Amino acid sequence: MSEHHGPAKGIKRWIFATNHKDIGTLYLWFSFAMFIIGGAFAMIIRAELFQPGLQMISPEFFNQMTTMHGLVMVFGAIMPSFVGLANWLIPMMIGAPDMALPRMNNLSFWLLPFAFTVLLSSLFMEGGAPNFGWTFYAPLSTTYAPPSVTFFIFGVHLMGASSIMGSINIIATVMNMRAPGMTYMKMPLFVWTWLITAFLLVAVMPVLAGAVTMMLMDIHFGTSFFNAAGGGDPVLFQHVFWFFGHPEVYIIILPAFGVVSQIIPAFSRKPLFGYDSMVYATASIAFLSFIVWAHHMYTVGMPIAGELFFMYATMLIAVPTGVKVFNWITTMFKGSITFETPMLFSIGFVFLFTIGGFTGLMLAIAPADVQYHDSYFVVAHFHYVMVAGAVFSMSAAIYYWLPKWCGRMYDETMGKVHFWIAFIGFNIAFFPQHFVGLAGMPRRIPDYALQFTDFNMMSSIGAFIYGAAQILFLFNVIRTIVAGKKVDDPQVWEGAQGLEWTIPTPAPYHTFTTPPQVK
Amino acid sequence: MYLHAKQLWRPVLLPAIIALCGASTTAVAEPGRWQMNMPRGATGVSSSIYDIHMLTFIICCVIGIGVFVFMFYSLVAFRKSKGHEPATFHDNTTTEILWTVIPFFILLAMAWPATKTMLEVYDTDEADMDILVTGYQWKWSYEYILEDGENVKFFSNLSTPQNEINNLSEKNANYLLEVDNPLVIPAGKKVRFLLTANDVIHSWWVPDLGVKKDAIPGFVNEAWTRVDREGVYRGQCAELCGKNHGFMPVVVKVTSEQEFDSWIADKQSEAAEVKELMSQQFNLEELMERGEAVYQRTCLACHGAKGEGGVGKPIAGSSVATGDIGEQLNIVVNGVPGTAMQAFGGQMNDLETAAVATYLRNAFGNNMGDMVQAVDVYNFKKGGGSSDE
Amino acid sequence: MTAQTGGADTYYVPEQSRLAICLATSVAVLILGAAIGLNQMTFGSGDANWTMLWLGLLGFVVILAVWFRQTIVENRAGMNSAQLKHSYALGMQWFIFSEVMFFACFFGVLFYVRNLAGPWLGGEGAKLMTNEVLWPAFDFSWPMQTTPQEAVGGVADQIPANTGTFVGPKESVSWSGIPLINTILLLTSSVTCHFAHVALKADKRSAFNLWLGLTLILGFTFVGFQAYEYYEAYNHLGLTLEAGIYGSTFFILTGFHGFHVCMGAIMLSVQWLRSTVGGHFTPDDQFGFEASSWYWHFVDVVWVGLFLFVYIL
Ligand code: HEA
Ligand code: HEA
Ligand code: HEC
Ligand code: CUA
Ligand SMILES: [Cu+2]
Repeated sequence: MSEHHGPAKGIKRWIFATNHKDIGTLYLWFSFAMFIIGGAFAMIIRAELFQPGLQMISPEFFNQMTTMHGLVMVFGAIMPSFVGLANWLIPMMIGAPDMALPRMNNLSFWLLPFAFTVLLSSLFMEGGAPNFGWTFYAPLSTTYAPPSVTFFIFGVHLMGASSIMGSINIIATVMNMRAPGMTYMKMPLFVWTWLITAFLLVAVMPVLAGAVTMMLMDIHFGTSFFNAAGGGDPVLFQHVFWFFGHPEVYIIILPAFGVVSQIIPAFSRKPLFGYDSMVYATASIAFLSFIVWAHHMYTVGMPIAGELFFMYATMLIAVPTGVKVFNWITTMFKGSITFETPMLFSIGFVFLFTIGGFTGLMLAIAPADVQYHDSYFVVAHFHYVMVAGAVFSMSAAIYYWLPKWCGRMYDETMGKVHFWIAFIGFNIAFFPQHFVGLAGMPRRIPDYALQFTDFNMMSSIGAFIYGAAQILFLFNVIRTIVAGKKVDDPQVWEGAQGLEWTIPTPAPYHTFTTPPQVK
Repeated sequence: MYLHAKQLWRPVLLPAIIALCGASTTAVAEPGRWQMNMPRGATGVSSSIYDIHMLTFIICCVIGIGVFVFMFYSLVAFRKSKGHEPATFHDNTTTEILWTVIPFFILLAMAWPATKTMLEVYDTDEADMDILVTGYQWKWSYEYILEDGENVKFFSNLSTPQNEINNLSEKNANYLLEVDNPLVIPAGKKVRFLLTANDVIHSWWVPDLGVKKDAIPGFVNEAWTRVDREGVYRGQCAELCGKNHGFMPVVVKVTSEQEFDSWIADKQSEAAEVKELMSQQFNLEELMERGEAVYQRTCLACHGAKGEGGVGKPIAGSSVATGDIGEQLNIVVNGVPGTAMQAFGGQMNDLETAAVATYLRNAFGNNMGDMVQAVDVYNFKKGGGSSDE
Repeated sequence: MTAQTGGADTYYVPEQSRLAICLATSVAVLILGAAIGLNQMTFGSGDANWTMLWLGLLGFVVILAVWFRQTIVENRAGMNSAQLKHSYALGMQWFIFSEVMFFACFFGVLFYVRNLAGPWLGGEGAKLMTNEVLWPAFDFSWPMQTTPQEAVGGVADQIPANTGTFVGPKESVSWSGIPLINTILLLTSSVTCHFAHVALKADKRSAFNLWLGLTLILGFTFVGFQAYEYYEAYNHLGLTLEAGIYGSTFFILTGFHGFHVCMGAIMLSVQWLRSTVGGHFTPDDQFGFEASSWYWHFVDVVWVGLFLFVYIL
C-alpha cells in the first residue's frame, strides 16, 4: 500500500480505476465515441432521406441504421455521458472523497464497452443488425427478427446491469457521503436531479430486463408472452417496454435540468430562483413518469378509459415542467448576465426544450395523437427534447466544468461558433420535420412521397451542419486539454457557486479526503 | 367552453408560419408541396381532430411567446455589459403558486374538447358496413363482410414500379402512394373497420379520414369512418413492420353508393369466374405466365427478381424448388414457421398457388419441366398435407 | 495515515483493482457464449456448443468469490469505517429494490394476461371482435388449459397470425400439494433466519449456527420440492414452456423465484461456513449475514405473492 499517491501509470490507470474522476473521464470519452458512431448512423439516415427514391442503402439497412442510431444515442451516448458527469461532479459537489462504492463503479463502466461491442458487432452478423426500431416491438423483434436479436438482448442485459449498479452507487453516495452540514435541501440541484434519476433507473431498468428476457424466452424456448395463439399479446410487450421507456426519457432529461440549474445562476450572478420548488417539481415529474407510459400507445386500441387516463396524467407533466422553465427564466430576470458558451447552450436549452415540451403536450392529446403518432412530428418532438435538451445541456456542462477538470480554458470564440452553428443547424434539421410529420410522413421509412421532398432536403442539410459543428466541438475539447490557456483560480467563473469551485483548479486527483464543513 | 380554432387560425397562426418559412398562403392551404399543417381532412372526426390540434397549438404558441419574450427581455435588459447589478431574491411564494395553478386550468381547457373528440373517435357503434382489414408483410388485405352473398376479399399492393423507386425512371405524382386495388367505400355511410394482422404489427393510417389504428396479430381492433366527399384518399402503414414498411400504402376510393354497389357486384362475379377457372387444367406456358405475375407481386420482395434471394432463401437452384413437389407445396402453402416465409396458402387462391409453384420449378434456371395444377393444390390442402403432423 | 490506506476513522477509498475488469470480461464471455449457443440451438442445424458459456460462468463465479473474499478480508482487517459499512448496506438495499421491480414486471404481466388480454381473446370487454373474427371457439379461463390456437383446431387452421405451436397443459398445478408445503417451508425458514439473527446479536454462536443451518435445510428442501414439481409438470401434467401463456407465466415467475432462492441459499451457506469454519461475525459486525438475510426475507415475500397469484387465485 503506497502512501499518498497520484494516478497510476499508463493503461492500468484506466482499466483498474477506482477513482471517481478517472471513471468519470472514461464514461465521458466513451459516450463521446458513441455519440460520433450514433451520429454517423444519423448522417447515413439523413443522406438517404435527402431525396425520394432509394439512393445509397437498402431498406433493410436503413432499418438497421434507424434502430442502431436510436439505441446507440440513448443508451451509449446520452445516458453514459450523464453518468460520467455524475461521477466527476457528485463527490466534488457534496464534499465526498469519492463515490460510495468505487470498485463497483469501475465494473459499471467496463460493462458498457463490452455491451456496445456486442451490439455494434451485430452489424456484421448474418441477417444484419437489429432492425426493429429502438422500441423493438414484438413480434417484429421476436418471431420475425434476425438472429442477431439474441446478441442485442444480452447487450441490453449488460447495459441494464451497468445502469443499475451505477445508480445504486449514486444513491449510496448521495445518501451517505455528504459532508457534514450538507443537508438534502442544501444539495446542488444537479445532485438532486441525479438522485431522483438514479431512483428512476433502479426502478425501471429491471423492467426492461424483464421485457428482453421474455423476448428471449419467446424466441428460444417456445413461450407465448407476445403471441396470441398461445394466449399472450403483442401489446403486452409495449406496456412493459414503455413502463421502462417513458421514465427513461426523463432519465435522459432530469440530469440535463440539473446542469442548466447550475449554469444559469452562475452566469446570471444570482441565486437560483425557487430552489425548493425545483426539487419538488423534479420529484413530481419522476412520480408522474410512472403513470403515463401508454401515451406512446394511443393507437394500439386500448379501452377508452385507459386512453383518457393516460392522456390526463401525461398532460399533468406540463405543470411541474413549467415550474422549472419559469424558475429558470426568473433566475435570469434582474441578474447580471454574461454570455459565455455554457450560458449560450443553457439559453438554447431553455428555448428549444420548451418548444419540444410544447410538442410533447400536443402529442399528449390523445385524439390529435391519432394523427401525430409514428409520424415525423414525433421525431421532431423528441429531437427537440433530446438533442436540444440533453445534448445541448451536455455541451454546456463540458464547457462549464472542463476548466475545473483539466486546469485549462477552452477557446471561447470557437465555443461560441460551435454554439451558433449547432443552434442554426439543429433548427434547420429538425424544425421542418414538424411540417412533414403533420403533412403525413410516417417515421422509419427509407423513401417517401414526393410532396415531402423539399422539407426533407432542408432537414438533411441542417443535419449535416449540426454534425459538422460537433467536429468543431471535439476539436475544441482536445485542443483545450493539450494546449488550452492555463487557469489556476479555483473559482474559474465569477458567479459559480458550490463546493467544486472551492478546490484547486485543476481538481487534484483526490479531493475532500477530509470532509469540508458546510456552513 | 371551447374556442373554435378556426377563428384563431387566421390572425395568429398564418403570420407566424409565414414569418418562419416565407411560404405563401396558398401553398399552406393546398395539400402537397410545402404543406406544413395537418389536413382538415374529409370527415367529421378528422376535422374535430384538426380543431383540437389547432387549439393546443395556439395555446402553446401564446404561452411560448409569453415565456420567450420574458426570457429575451431579461437577457437583453440585464446584461452585465450594460452594468446591471444582480438582484438577490430567490423566492416568491405567490408567483410560484400562480404559475403552478394557472397552467393547470389551461390544461383543463384542452382536456375537455380532447375528451369529447376521443369519445367520437371511439364510437364504432351502428355501422352500415364492416370491412376486415388485415396487414401482411407488406400489403393490406380487405374483406367486405356482406350479409347477402359471398364476402369480397382482395389484396392491395404497392403499384409504384420498381424503376421509379430505384431512380431509373421519373417518379409519378402519386409515387409510393398508389396501389393495384384500392379500398372502395360508399360516400355518406358509416364504415367500420376491423383491423388485424397476419405477421407483425402494422398500422392503418389515412390522414384525411382521421383514422390511424394498429393492426395487431391475433387481436382485432375497431375503427370507423364516414366520408361525405367522394374522392381518393391516400395514406401509409404507420408502424415499423420490417423491410418494406415504407412501401405499403393505403388508398381509399370513396364513390357514390350506386357506383359502389355495382363495383361490389362486379367483384362478386369476378370471384365466381376465378372459381370456375380453378377446375380447369392449364399447360406449362399458361401456368408460367400466371406464376410469373404472382411471383412478381408476392414473392419478389423477399426472393429477388432473379430468384437470387434476399430476406428469403434463393429460389434459383433451391433444393426445395427442384425437389419433391409435396415438400415445396408445403412450404408455399404453410410457410416456414418462425421465419418471414409466411403461410401463403391463405393469401392466394389455389390457381395462383399452383401457378407460382410451377413457376419456381421452371424459372431462374430450375428446369424441372413438371407442373402443379390448381386441383393438386386443392387436394394437398385438403388431404392431410395441410400441416406438418 | 491517509484516507486511501484506510483506518476505521477515515473513509476507505480502495486501491486500484483488477477485479472489475476481470469480472466484466468474464460476463462478456458468458453472454457471448449464451447468445452463440442459443442461436445455434434455435437457428442452427447442428448441436449447440456451450463451452464458452461454461467458461464465462466459471470465470464469473471465481472472480466474484475472490471479490467477496477481498471485501471480507478488508472488513476483518478493520479497514471499513462505519460510514463505508453503511454504504454497503445501502447498496444491498437498493439492489433488493431493483429485484423487487424485476418481479413486479412479471407480476404485471400475469395481471395483464389474466385481466385484459385473456378476456379479450375470449370475447369479453373492449375487444370482443377478436374472439368473433379470429378465435371463435376459444373460451378464456384461468389456468388456461386450451390455448386459442387449439380452440380453433391447431396450427393447421389458416387464420392470420396463427403461428408457433402451443398445446395447453392437461392439468394445472393445484395449490394444495407441493406449493402449500413449500409455502410452509419458506415461511418457516424466514422465521428461523430471524432467530439466527437474534442469536447472533446476543452473541450465541452455536444457536446462530443451528438456526442458520436449519434455515438452509429448509431452503434447499424448498428447491428440491420445486424441482420435483417441475418434473411432474413436464412429465405428467403436460405443463411446459410451450403450453401457452399459463405455462409461460408459471415458469417465468416460479423459475426466477426458484433461481433467487438458490442464490439466497448459496449466500446464506457462505455465511454459515464463515461462522462455523471461520468464526466470523460479532454481535455488532455481521453485515454479510444481514445482507443475505434481507435477501432471504425478500425472496420469501415474493413467494407469498406467487403462492397467491400463481397458485391459489
Ligand atoms: C428527453 C426526452 C423527452 C422528454 C423530456 C419528453 C417530454 C414529453 N413528452 Fe415525449 N418523447 C420522447 C422523449 C421525451 N419526451 C421520445 C424519445 C419519444 C418517442 C419514442 C419513440 O416512439 O421512439 C417521445 C414521444 C412522446 C409521445 C408519444 C408520441 C407518439 O408516439 O405518438 C408523447 C405523447 O404524449 C410525448 C409526450 C411528452 C410530454 C407531454 C412531455 C412533457 O414532459 C413536456 C413538458 C414540457 C412542457 C409542456 C414545456 C414547458 C412548460 C411550460 C412553459 C408550462 C406551461 C405550459 C402549458 C400549460 C401548455 N412524448
Ligand atoms: C439522445 C438521443 C438522440 C440524438 C442525440 C439524436 C441525434 C440525431 N438524430 Fe436521432 N433518433 C433518436 C435519438 C437521438 N437522435 C431516437 C431514439 C430515434 C428513434 C429511432 C427509432 O425510430 O427506432 C431517432 C431517429 C432519428 C431519425 C428518424 C429515423 C426514422 O424514423 O427513420 C432521424 C432522421 O432524421 C434522426 C436524425 C438525427 C440527427 C441528424 C441527429 C444529430 O443530432 C446527430 C449529430 C451528431 C453527429 C453527426 C456525430 C458527430 C460528428 C461526426 C461524426 C462528424 C462527422 C459528421 C459529418 C461529416 C457531417 N434521428
Ligand atoms: C416476407 C418475405 C417472404 C415472402 C414475401 C416470400 N417468402 Fe419464401 N421464404 C422466405 C424466407 C425467409 C424463407 C427461408 C425460410 C427458412 O429459413 O427456411 C423462404 C423460403 C422459401 C422457399 C424454400 C426455399 C429453400 O430452398 O428452402 C420457397 C420454395 C419459397 N420461400 C417460396 C415462396 C413463394 C412461392 C412466395 C410467394 C408466393 C414466397 N416464398 C414469398 C421469405 C419470403
Ligand atoms: Cu406495415 Cu409498416
Ligand atoms: Cu413518454
